[in-house]
Amino acid sequence: MTLLGQFSLWVAFLVGLWCIAIALWGRWQDRPELADTVRRSVYVVFGALVVASIALWKGLISHDFNIEYVAAYTSRNLPPYYIVSAFWAGQKGSLLFWAVVLSLFATLAQLLTPRRYADLMPYVAAVTSSVVVFFVSVMLFGSSPFERLAFTPADGRGLNPQLQNVGMVIHPPMLYLGYISITIPFAFAIAALLSRRLDTGWIQAIRKWTLVSWLFLSIGITLGMWWAYVELGWGGYWAWDPVENASFLPWLTMTAFLHSVMIQEKRGMLKRWNLGLIVGTFLLSIFGTFITRSGVIASVHSFTQSNVGYFFLAFLTLAAVLSFTLLYTRWPELEAEVQLESMLSREAAFLFNNLLLVGIAFSVLWGTLFPILSEAVRGTKITVGPPFFNRVNVPLGLLLLALTGIGPLIAWRKASAANLRRQFVVPTATAAVALAALLAAGVREFYSTVAFTLAAFVAGTVAQEFYRGVRARRRMHHESVPVAFFRLIERNRRRYGGYIVHVGVLIYFVAFAGMAFRVQREATLKPGDSVELKSPFGHTYKFTHVGISQYEALNRVVSAATVQVEIDGRPAGLLTSEKRQHVDSFKRPTFEPSTEVGIRSGLREDLYLVFAGAVNGTEEAVYRFNINPLVWWVWFGGFVLAFGGIVTMWPGGGPAIAPSRPVQSGYGVSLVGAGRE
Amino acid sequence: MSAMGESGSRREFLRRGVGWLIAPALALPTVRHSPHSSTALQDSLAGRGTVGTLHDPSAAGTPRAPTGAEENEAEIQAIETRLACNCGCTLDVFTCRTTDFSCTYSPRLHREVLALRSQGKTAQEVLDAFVAKYGEKALMAPKPKGFNLAGYFVPSVAIASVGAALVMLIGRRRRVAAAAGGAPPRAAAVEASPEELERLRQALAEVED
Repeated sequence: MTLLGQFSLWVAFLVGLWCIAIALWGRWQDRPELADTVRRSVYVVFGALVVASIALWKGLISHDFNIEYVAAYTSRNLPPYYIVSAFWAGQKGSLLFWAVVLSLFATLAQLLTPRRYADLMPYVAAVTSSVVVFFVSVMLFGSSPFERLAFTPADGRGLNPQLQNVGMVIHPPMLYLGYISITIPFAFAIAALLSRRLDTGWIQAIRKWTLVSWLFLSIGITLGMWWAYVELGWGGYWAWDPVENASFLPWLTMTAFLHSVMIQEKRGMLKRWNLGLIVGTFLLSIFGTFITRSGVIASVHSFTQSNVGYFFLAFLTLAAVLSFTLLYTRWPELEAEVQLESMLSREAAFLFNNLLLVGIAFSVLWGTLFPILSEAVRGTKITVGPPFFNRVNVPLGLLLLALTGIGPLIAWRKASAANLRRQFVVPTATAAVALAALLAAGVREFYSTVAFTLAAFVAGTVAQEFYRGVRARRRMHHESVPVAFFRLIERNRRRYGGYIVHVGVLIYFVAFAGMAFRVQREATLKPGDSVELKSPFGHTYKFTHVGISQYEALNRVVSAATVQVEIDGRPAGLLTSEKRQHVDSFKRPTFEPSTEVGIRSGLREDLYLVFAGAVNGTEEAVYRFNINPLVWWVWFGGFVLAFGGIVTMWPGGGPAIAPSRPVQSGYGVSLVGAGRE
Repeated sequence: MSAMGESGSRREFLRRGVGWLIAPALALPTVRHSPHSSTALQDSLAGRGTVGTLHDPSAAGTPRAPTGAEENEAEIQAIETRLACNCGCTLDVFTCRTTDFSCTYSPRLHREVLALRSQGKTAQEVLDAFVAKYGEKALMAPKPKGFNLAGYFVPSVAIASVGAALVMLIGRRRRVAAAAGGAPPRAAAVEASPEELERLRQALAEVED
């Protein structure tokens, strides 16, 4: 099967090159009949990569340990679902996964894009095939998943214990799907530049793709936080680690694009900016892979490093130079159709929202690369950890949260004083009430107080928008409240789906702010010994060490330390944290013992138990106890955000898709009655 | 099973008897500290290990020393969260030593912190001592001075500068457009009652993005 796999990679590589050549030559020679050949080449590349993927999976499932990748990431006693996820657990497998999914997306783009964009499609195929060819060439010339060993081990090493978690079965594919699908909007942007079709057509063609990409990235990042929380055991979910940052960067720029593209659709502005954002987002997705794979920056999430990072650096540089040169050559054709009329307008709010999102992306990138810069400039190694990122980014994040609430309140084109008064009263009052309640409750942590207050402001904005929309429907259509509510969303999914996303964002902020009140302590307990902790919500938790039991599971020896939990004197069950010594099928240890935390999750706070180890091989246990406030809301915020994203991209739904037309300057109606309010 | 049980009970009885006789003399801490001595005397895997010990201690990770009160001192934690572990984990000393239990660096760094504190050094003096010994990379965030100021302030300054430039650029373009008569023409006035205006506003509120 490895021969078949390797052969398929070569087929994909050569047909991909053929596709690029024919696509560009056909357009250059103005031979539209070659478009069919180009499209079929895309399908062949996809087919070849599917065959290569099946070959690798066959090796994984049949325990062919002569394949280096299979021996490195699986063992005979690895549970089947982790054998499936071993496909993307290592670098070589992830490269193949990336290539096959990208070729799937390229195929779908060719199949699903309406015929009116047929002029763009050969260029789209050329760009997607270029990226696929790059990934395949990395496998062929740098890191092949089908490499064989000189001998066949009796058993494989198995999967890293930290990857043996359901989160790692779902989280990497989601994140990869996000990264990979960015290539399609990028391909359309380049196609628009090459073909000089620079109206809003390409934007409408990629609308769903950008939302899909953003949605996958959002889900992938949230699942990554969940995995870090339950698996890494340090008690938090976001540590500003370079790999976390790498996933966050394209999310920020994609979020900026989703806002600014509305201005281009409605007003014909920000054309250059939007193209720059799409190109930048694609480059950041490649950059993320580069820093994950190159080892140039240390990361707790990086399980595979090799010299393929430099393939990515070369590709990144080439793609950046070509893309921005192309953008520069089309610069005069991307003039805005109208000018911004007022700084007090929805357009201006979106502009500053974009500035902040891209500014935060720059700030995160700057912090991630600053150790390298410092060493290059001063010759001094420094560490840039969470205290640095929090200090720089928390104020910017809070400013962004404020704009999340302000943006929807301001009218398009130009807001009047009356409009501002009418719109801001309820959200501002909500924020003021929240602030007073927080101060009355004794909350004094500055950033958390600001975050809670601004979250209340955003909640007030969203509630007001829904209330007014429902009220309007009830008056116009005489509908009941639930019917009006659902039809309101159904009729304008983009707008109200966006508001649901904003609710998800504010929930995130509230949850993040809650972690400022985290309580933690260590304790060494003999069976029967207890320790008490006071939670930020005023509860007293008592933990009594029950004992440590040891038993064998499928591919590990488990040492389970258990505590009995009491909340305010009432029994609340048992909580167990484990040490796991993973073994192969010959009972030989494969990795250092890993820790599985015990979590009791609640709406207000999580109990987080870490069994640090046993004292001198006895049942006396060293524990770390954490009380983490509001963590559940991070996962719920992620759910709400994803739900809002799905609502926004759901087919149909009223005026979401604007017709492709030049934008008129000065449209609108001036009402003489406006002064009578 | 019964015979084994009786044998086990007799052995247990004799062991306890001997324990009660000699424990006060030796002041055995295991007996004195455990509120449930019967629990302490039972093995976690019955019949497979010795009393009070794990069957396979190596499977339970690196052996740990009991923690003391100083481990939970807020100031020790605060110092250690500002110090980077140098094992390559990217975590701070406190997080690493309470998370990565195979790390040998963070426990040693923790002992250094305790030793410096026991010498009466303040938190800042402890941090300075670490920087003097390990270099600036010992800190989780660089000191905000010299070139490091660029790290802290370049993003904010860049955002503020671009924001100010945008405001000025937009203002200038508006003035130029107004001077050239390029301002958008105002639409003709439409007669409408307040009720009609309200209905229009509501209709727009429903469909507007």
